[in-house]
Amino acid sequence: MTEAALEVRNLHRNFGALQVTRDVSLRLERGARRALIGPNGAGKTTLINLITGGLKPSSGSVWMNGEDVTGTPQAVRARRGLARTFQINQLFRGLTVLENICMTIGERDGENNNLWRPAGAKRSVIDEALDHLESLKLVEDALKPVRELAYGRQRLVEIAIALAQKPRVLLLDEPAAGVPSSESHLILDVVAGLDPDIAILIIEHDMDVVFRFAKSITVLVAGAVFTEGTPDQIRNNAEVRAVYLGEEGHHG
Amino acid sequence: MAASDTKPAAAPASARAQAADYLVRRHHFRWPEALPWLIAIACFFLFPERMTFGNQMLVMIMFALSLDLILGYAGIVTLGHAAFFGIGAYTVALASLQLGWSEPISGLFLAGLLAGVVGAVVGWFILRYRGLTLLMLTIAFAAMLQESGNLRADITGGYDGLPGLMFDPLLGRFQYDLYGHTNFIYVLVVLAIVFYLVRRIVYSPFGQALTGIRENVRRMHAIGSPVHGRLVTAYAISAAIAGVAGALFTQTNAYVTLTVFDFENSAKVMVMLILGGTGRLYGAFLGGAVYMFLEDEFSKLSPTFWQLGVGLLLVLAVLFARRGLIGLGEDVRWLFRGGKAGDREGAPPRRFVWKPQHWKELGWSALDGAIIGFVAGFAVNVKFVEFMSTYVTSMPARALIFTVVGAAVAAAINLVSLFWTSRTSVEAKAS
Repeated sequence: MTEAALEVRNLHRNFGALQVTRDVSLRLERGARRALIGPNGAGKTTLINLITGGLKPSSGSVWMNGEDVTGTPQAVRARRGLARTFQINQLFRGLTVLENICMTIGERDGENNNLWRPAGAKRSVIDEALDHLESLKLVEDALKPVRELAYGRQRLVEIAIALAQKPRVLLLDEPAAGVPSSESHLILDVVAGLDPDIAILIIEHDMDVVFRFAKSITVLVAGAVFTEGTPDQIRNNAEVRAVYLGEEGHHG
Repeated sequence: MAASDTKPAAAPASARAQAADYLVRRHHFRWPEALPWLIAIACFFLFPERMTFGNQMLVMIMFALSLDLILGYAGIVTLGHAAFFGIGAYTVALASLQLGWSEPISGLFLAGLLAGVVGAVVGWFILRYRGLTLLMLTIAFAAMLQESGNLRADITGGYDGLPGLMFDPLLGRFQYDLYGHTNFIYVLVVLAIVFYLVRRIVYSPFGQALTGIRENVRRMHAIGSPVHGRLVTAYAISAAIAGVAGALFTQTNAYVTLTVFDFENSAKVMVMLILGGTGRLYGAFLGGAVYMFLEDEFSKLSPTFWQLGVGLLLVLAVLFARRGLIGLGEDVRWLFRGGKAGDREGAPPRRFVWKPQHWKELGWSALDGAIIGFVAGFAVNVKFVEFMSTYVTSMPARALIFTVVGAAVAAAINLVSLFWTSRTSVEAKAS
């Protein structure tokens, strides 16, 4: 068995008496396309935070490429290729779109350790940033401060930042949340067209998207893995329908 | 937004080139940047008898510049930056007295180094915290230094200070004159060098990362930034610059007391920076110069109550120039350009057209302005009444009248601010 790009083993997390994550184990192979679904409050975002290192688990471990990173700081995990997007935009709102991306590339390459060379002097960084923007059709907005963009465009910047990290594992927390459906397809097309080598875990409520995009699905209920399987297995699982799909209607 | 774009479908290639061009040119020298330096040199020739005051101004500008690096760019709020200013100030004083190290330029390096090292160590501990906790820790550190100095008044001279310090001639040649002419050139040259360093840092990728931490620290963690290390580095550099400013303060005054560690010194430098504009490089210049000048004028006007004038100035700054004087300048320029074809970045023309829905905006901004105006007016009023009451203690009736006058002044400020804030914010939103 090859080493998984990302693996979590028996992860627990309590907030006081509240158990938000119970004994979650999960494995993402290279190039995985996995969806994480579950009702509100199931602990999906908490799980993402545990994986990235924003939160420390109460017990259990996180592994990247066969290496235990449970005690590794979030920033180090990020530099090793673990990227995420946030459910609610976390952008450098006062900076331009282009600067948002250049900042990310700079952190990835260690360029940002340089105190002397002007940021604009390295053309390769700017060109790469513009390539990322081009792939998301954001070049026209490159010089606008992020806060001036419409929310849907800001969502794209969120993804552009994650892509600029050149991730090996990408965690997408409801990438199309808050975006009008007329624009959400653009985001989801981008996600569908990502490099097949990147392992992707996506939290998404739109079952159309989940069934189309994911090759495997994990259902999280009350902090624990309820079941796991291919889209077909999940679709036909009566219990999942009862706890989750039932409330959502029958998109599938 | 996209809808108001004048050229909806510019060719991608040109948009790309334009965007790249902006970043490539951003750090280039622009001619208006020469202005503050030319003014400083002009002052040297125009006001030869006021060079001692000019020195103090330049030293405070350098101090404010050091604060700008961490407050304006990295977003570290500190009210204890006088700690590092004081370390620098005492380094050269004690080196001269105790070690006989009186060579001024190497003294600056020593002061900067020591303040920087202390900044790195202290920063490593306290920069794990943010917000109010951090603020309290910075104040506490400066207070601790001051109190330690007071305990060893035999070395530091306590609040009486160490008078009559002697330093070697500059570069072994230039003697200090009574009017501070040599000093002015000396401080100006050091300020220029320090400013160049800060400018390099601000426009470097590291400087960008600092603004990233200011803008969104969560995102910085997520993209792999060693946030704590970055902050400590910036803090140490800033501390070193503050130390150099403190050293210049001692060298040019030939005198130092423990008051350099005063909370007031920390607060003053922050006020200067905010007055000029944070995160703007030249904000320190403008704020430092204007503040020092007005403080000087006010204290000549009334040696007891000069703070009233400074307080009023602050109230005005908060009301009309929340992004500092530099921001105010930009706003004014923006208003004047309103009807023209557009500004430098190729933005659409921003002509203000009144629409009915702006009434609601106006209402909210008016409320906003009214609340701030009331609070600020009240603060002024308290000081005003205090001021007046010393003259009229024996006449309560007159004191009452003055109170009413004070309230009226506050109300007037309030009304003007109401009009102004509503106008600008409506226009900003209308564009």
